[in-house]
Amino acid sequence: MRKEESLSIANPDYNGLGALPKLGTTIGLLSIIVFVMASFNLLEEANSLLLGVSLGGTFLGIVLYAVGIYLNKSAGIKNDGVFHRQISNKGLIAWLIGIVLTGYYILLYLYPEYLGLAAEGDTNTGLIGFFDPLSMFFKGQPASQWFVYGTFYTLAMLSLGIKFMLKYRHNRYQLMRTSVVVLAQLLLAYLLPEILEGLYSGEAYFAKDIKNIWPLNYYFFEEWHLTNMVDGGNLGMFYLVLGIFMFLVFTPIITYYVGKRWYCSWICGCGGLAETAGDPFRQLSSKSLKSWKIERWMIHTVLVLVTLMTMASLYGYFSGNSEVFGLSIYTYFTKPYGLFIGAIFSGVVGVGFYPLLGSRVWCRFGCPMAAYIGMVQRFKSRFRITTNGSQCISCGNCSTYCEMGIDVRSYAQKGQNIVRSSCVGCGICAAVCPRGVLKLENGPEKGRIKSETSLMGNDDLDLLNQLK
Amino acid sequence: MSKIVIIGNGISGISTARHIRKRSNDEIVVISAESKYHYSRTALMYIYMGHMTQVHTQAYEPHFWEKNRISLVHDFVESIQYEHKVLELKSGTKISYDKLVLAVGSKSNMFGWPGQDLEGVQGLYGLQDLNALEAMTDSIEHAVIIGGGLIGIELCEMLLSRGKKVTFLVREKWFWKNVLPEQEARMLERHIRSHHVNLVMGEELEEIIGNEKGQACAIKTKSGEEIACQFVGLTVGVSPNIDFLKGSDLSLERGVLINQFFETNIPDVYSIGDCAQFSEPIFGRRPIEQVWYTGRIMGETLAKTLTGNRTAYQPGFWFNSAKFFDIEYQTYGTVLSQRLEGEKDLYWESDDGLKAIHIVWEVETGKFKGINSFGIRLRHEFFNKYLEEQKTITEVLSHLMDAKFDPEFYTNYLDQFILQFNQQNATQIRVKKKNWSRILKFIKY
Repeated sequence: MRKEESLSIANPDYNGLGALPKLGTTIGLLSIIVFVMASFNLLEEANSLLLGVSLGGTFLGIVLYAVGIYLNKSAGIKNDGVFHRQISNKGLIAWLIGIVLTGYYILLYLYPEYLGLAAEGDTNTGLIGFFDPLSMFFKGQPASQWFVYGTFYTLAMLSLGIKFMLKYRHNRYQLMRTSVVVLAQLLLAYLLPEILEGLYSGEAYFAKDIKNIWPLNYYFFEEWHLTNMVDGGNLGMFYLVLGIFMFLVFTPIITYYVGKRWYCSWICGCGGLAETAGDPFRQLSSKSLKSWKIERWMIHTVLVLVTLMTMASLYGYFSGNSEVFGLSIYTYFTKPYGLFIGAIFSGVVGVGFYPLLGSRVWCRFGCPMAAYIGMVQRFKSRFRITTNGSQCISCGNCSTYCEMGIDVRSYAQKGQNIVRSSCVGCGICAAVCPRGVLKLENGPEKGRIKSETSLMGNDDLDLLNQLK
Repeated sequence: MSKIVIIGNGISGISTARHIRKRSNDEIVVISAESKYHYSRTALMYIYMGHMTQVHTQAYEPHFWEKNRISLVHDFVESIQYEHKVLELKSGTKISYDKLVLAVGSKSNMFGWPGQDLEGVQGLYGLQDLNALEAMTDSIEHAVIIGGGLIGIELCEMLLSRGKKVTFLVREKWFWKNVLPEQEARMLERHIRSHHVNLVMGEELEEIIGNEKGQACAIKTKSGEEIACQFVGLTVGVSPNIDFLKGSDLSLERGVLINQFFETNIPDVYSIGDCAQFSEPIFGRRPIEQVWYTGRIMGETLAKTLTGNRTAYQPGFWFNSAKFFDIEYQTYGTVLSQRLEGEKDLYWESDDGLKAIHIVWEVETGKFKGINSFGIRLRHEFFNKYLEEQKTITEVLSHLMDAKFDPEFYTNYLDQFILQFNQQNATQIRVKKKNWSRILKFIKY
């Protein structure tokens, strides 16, 4: 568009990248280059100042970019060009990001030494060494790969959470939900555990993120973890009791009242990353009937596996045996689960494949916690997504932007409410609906599941409909 | 078992097919020249804007048709021999039928403007229109849209999303004047302008000017102004797509003439949706209803007739919805663009000018007539029930929280609306809290 021809009302909504997003991208990329250089030991003098500057630069870059692309536009749905852009439509850039992310996760989980993790007694180098000053500040010990991971993870959720909030600034449900899930990560999953780790550095490790509940935290009942909690003084006992309480009492009760969403899209770290960093990829989840079938088999299989693994661990803990039915608990139960489900599925595939399979692959196909709460949500809960009478026009926005791959439209166009175990209650279907058809709400169980005869505008729908 | 052939795979034709299958084992054939699979016409804009691909707009996966034994034929019907009950397709195939449903939709209106056949001049009704627009998008810098209705504003939004400058010529004094009252139309006009559309009200198209290559390069308005452009969108309504049905015994007027049972003058031939014209429309409704919802309701009703339960069209209370850029619109009951004798109304608008409610009732009886809502979502079933039971405006307002459908944590604008109502009408209506047991009484489940 040539400037001199611009009408007085020229449209600023579409001119490629403006100055602010360009500045943001530059600052962000420069900061990431510092991390890359650190990874290859190219920084002559790595220090806490440089670490702070590059962490801050990444954050600032992303926020400036987001401010630049969203704040000059009206508040409303911003999905223009989603399927025209490479990054959000499985183009080359998406593949590259997928490969880099997957590679990073493989190094992280399986070969942390390549990220610079030192053997016992040595000093960290590379990326992990670069983070030593921050780790020393928090807990007086050098960084581990998990500390680096946690820092990046929290940084991504914070900055991309702000981006998401700018994108959905007209929607108070999204603002509330995103604030909570980002703060939960920052405070409960990152700061509090790291600070406690510093205060109790003499004690053996046990998980201190109270929202990382069994069975998502699959090692909670493993022998070493139980031992460390039991031996961990008042704090250890507190986490042991709290962990069991969260799983057994808190989770089903809250799910009854508000649905699965209190966890999966308001609190959970995996969900939180999907909702923030994963938001540009939510439309890539498959909505086919076939993928729904695969989903149900897979996720419930994982739930069975984690239960078996945990039963074996508990048997081992209480009996003192290291074998069950002649099988080593470590070799046949805990180790393979940790490797294949804990590391490869939830980490490498779960996040690495964001740009290709959508942001909720792990939550949808693998997470045993999601399977557990999903059953409560499906069979005993007040939560539903209400369909507004007959207002649906079958446009498909709701299904397209459902990160869990629910074909929301197939219910809405029949006037039925959406009551599905996989729904994480992110509320995006309701947000993108152009006709005000969907509402996430908690109400009496009576009338929660509607038959197809509920469709209105036809005074004479008879019982035949129910006999199909 | 009879063979039912449906021409047209829009919402009317597909609703018919689906509901026939629920009720019978009849053979069902759906013919469409536009696309093999049914898609949601209302979502055309989102394909162009990149919110979705065309596959996303298909409401059923391909296996659905197989499973439900609905044969799909992607072809164009050339002629119909009613006396032999046979259709002839462009491919040369002949298809016989026992019962025929004409659900062939509309085409964009063209009012004989000079230059309307130039390259770069089109309406927006179907996939072919969308493809034509997509193909020439790169050569558009400035587009002019003619006509002040729903498709016009959608086309504005579409072109803006792709970086085009847009001029929007509206003949009427206010936007969508045959449907909307002036107050809400004015709010929408401000909103349209805030999206950088050059909105020109009270202006008409005189002619479209072409260049030597036969491409549109400017338009001239009735007042003599020339506006250079590379694209002209004609969105001045649609009319029944019945040209290919002309010259036979089938009774046509503006559309295919039907009675309340969708029966045409020829036995076993029915017509529904955009292309059908009721010879005696239901009181207070138009003879041709070109709305998604009415198409669906007609299809459901006709399916009963076709499966042996002859049923008249009883569409229930009027409702509709739309979205104008960022502002959603829902309407329930009857809010005409001008008040009838004996009607009273109240219009409320939020301070930011992005939300409004317009409610109408009868002065004498206080009976609630209808509501327009902008930027605030309201529960369909609530108003359906209150209209059905002929409730008064006081009853509607005091229970209005039951109708709230905005997402959780949203500002409750309904309080402001009712405050204004009480002030202007010197009433003291107290709003009751949302009550699920009341809601359960009107929700069908």
